[in-house]
Amino acid sequence: MPRAFRPRRLPEVGVPGRGAGMMKPTARWRERLASVVRLFGRNRMGLVGLAMLGLAIGVAVLAPWIAPYDPETTGRVTIDDIYARPSAAHLLGTDDGGKDVLSALVYGARVSLVVGFAASLISMLIGGSVGLIAGFYGGRVGNLMMRLTDIFLVIPDLPLMIVIVAMVGPSLWNIIIVIGILGWTGTARIVRSQALSLKERQFVLRARAIGAGNFHILRRHIFPLVLPLIVTNTVLVISLSILEESTLSFLGLGDPTTLSWGGMLNFAFTRGAISTGAWWALVAPGLGIVWVVLGCTLLGNALEEAFNPRLQSHHLQGEERMIARPAQPGASDA
Amino acid sequence: MSERPTAPPLLDVRDLTTRFITPEGVFHAVEGLSFQLERGESLGLVGESGCGKSTAMLSLLRLLPAAGRIVGGQALLDGTDLFGLDESDMRAVRWHRISMIFQGAMNAFNPVRTVGAQIAEALVFHGLAQDRGEAQPRVDELLEMVGITGARGSQYPHQYSGGMRQRAMIAMALACSPQVVIADEPTTALDVMIQAQILELLERLQRELGLAVILVTHDLSVVAEVCHRVLVMYGGVLAESCEVDGIFNQPLHPYTRRLLAAFPDLSRPEGKLVSIPGYPPRLNALPPGCRFAPRCEEVHERCLQERPKPRQVLPGHWVACHLHEAGAANDRT
Repeated sequence: MPRAFRPRRLPEVGVPGRGAGMMKPTARWRERLASVVRLFGRNRMGLVGLAMLGLAIGVAVLAPWIAPYDPETTGRVTIDDIYARPSAAHLLGTDDGGKDVLSALVYGARVSLVVGFAASLISMLIGGSVGLIAGFYGGRVGNLMMRLTDIFLVIPDLPLMIVIVAMVGPSLWNIIIVIGILGWTGTARIVRSQALSLKERQFVLRARAIGAGNFHILRRHIFPLVLPLIVTNTVLVISLSILEESTLSFLGLGDPTTLSWGGMLNFAFTRGAISTGAWWALVAPGLGIVWVVLGCTLLGNALEEAFNPRLQSHHLQGEERMIARPAQPGASDA
Repeated sequence: MSERPTAPPLLDVRDLTTRFITPEGVFHAVEGLSFQLERGESLGLVGESGCGKSTAMLSLLRLLPAAGRIVGGQALLDGTDLFGLDESDMRAVRWHRISMIFQGAMNAFNPVRTVGAQIAEALVFHGLAQDRGEAQPRVDELLEMVGITGARGSQYPHQYSGGMRQRAMIAMALACSPQVVIADEPTTALDVMIQAQILELLERLQRELGLAVILVTHDLSVVAEVCHRVLVMYGGVLAESCEVDGIFNQPLHPYTRRLLAAFPDLSRPEGKLVSIPGYPPRLNALPPGCRFAPRCEEVHERCLQERPKPRQVLPGHWVACHLHEAGAANDRT
């Protein structure tokens, strides 16, 4: 039987093939990159988000060079150093231990970002594959996966997280894993519902008629359409993970060896920053969290637009240019 | 079919029976359908919505929805039974030997991938090109064959007009030079001018490439224009099958006659448009006798009890109706 269906040579039909439409893969990638660049040019908010996130990452990476003081070293602390007001020596004042808030903020960005990215990566891997498999293959395995998702979904995250962290011990990696394995349910459900609807579309039937197998269809036809969903979700989960890490640290369950923004809030809150009026010790880490979360969200929306070619068309843009009026003398030129 | 001394037909479908097994019961979508398709022939498959046309065609490609089961019959393509192949061999047959032009090309393209990439997909699958780049000349050639500039292959489906999408779909169907192309209502949702353009294109390509085409449609004028032979289906069974002239000049099955009468005649503008009273039978609650009996004007006792079998009443003219048994001296082949 295999012999019977060996590919035949293509007969020469119609117009002979032209070489002009040829495009090398590298050229295609370059074009795609150019379109992303163009998109950021159009989408100012995306650019702002990228800049905000980029700044946060830059600060985290260059922390030892940026921070004015090393948070590890313990110097002599006098009573005047505790909750000292912002001054030239300490731009954001000092905390309850007499340490520089700015330095703690800079180093805290490392913890928050590492937790945010790593935990959301875990969430996406679990949620994306569970959603795709449950949605595309369905059947008994799919049902089982969705019931599991439901169980994870109904358990309140925070108490469970507190219990698990208390049991396994509050190290940075434990916190990442706990946040990661509890944060995938929303993604799984969204991806599944999208995959469910996509697999009934006619182009999937067409791909099957072409001779494609399940894995190919999943990879080439379902996944690209689910990708924007996963990307936006990742961004959302990054900000959620950062918030969750801050919550855990605020409740005193953070990694005691590193100081995250949540941990800074915890110390400031429990050690009398409010009663002494030391607002800088609370506002600085709080704004740090807001900065990164907002940057992620703005960037995510812009990326979604970049990945979805339908949103790239000009139907919703350039309304003012839609009606081409002849240039009138004296009319103000925009 | 003794009057065909030549080689066996390209596609020989015998007693194809397809059912949908659902919680609401068993739907007899296609029952005992037999037909032959010669090389280079154009066969029209006509019938109302829900009479099993598309189901029969999807059965040939073995692409039925989950509830669909092919419970009987054979489909011999060059002597090989498609229903006897294992799944990997079947995947080699799809598109390479039998391809399909889908109803509503709009939905048959993945919206986030370029048209060219989707045409190349088929070529890469069947080993006609190593990768996307190698497939490019052939993709350009295919697009130009249907009158689309090759450069537009790098565009997305939503940047095409409806007619262009349909033409691109045809180009895609021809990618692997199949022997049989199934066109499932290729002209629905297109305006009359584009419709004519698409049909002309199909006809031209069929002539030039020697394709065998099965044209699924509910539009008899399309059939009259393009097809050599016609197969009329009703309620999942064959009603009548013959050369295209025979259907229009000498329809034998009462359903075919009513169907032709229901077609507006421009030469007699004062003539009233007749419809067929009643509805097609529900495929999970079929009448015991002839499936058309409840709507037939010439119904008699026997029609309500016994199912008529397809018989050859004139050379090449097959009818499944009790009315036409008298003239069938040479039936049961």
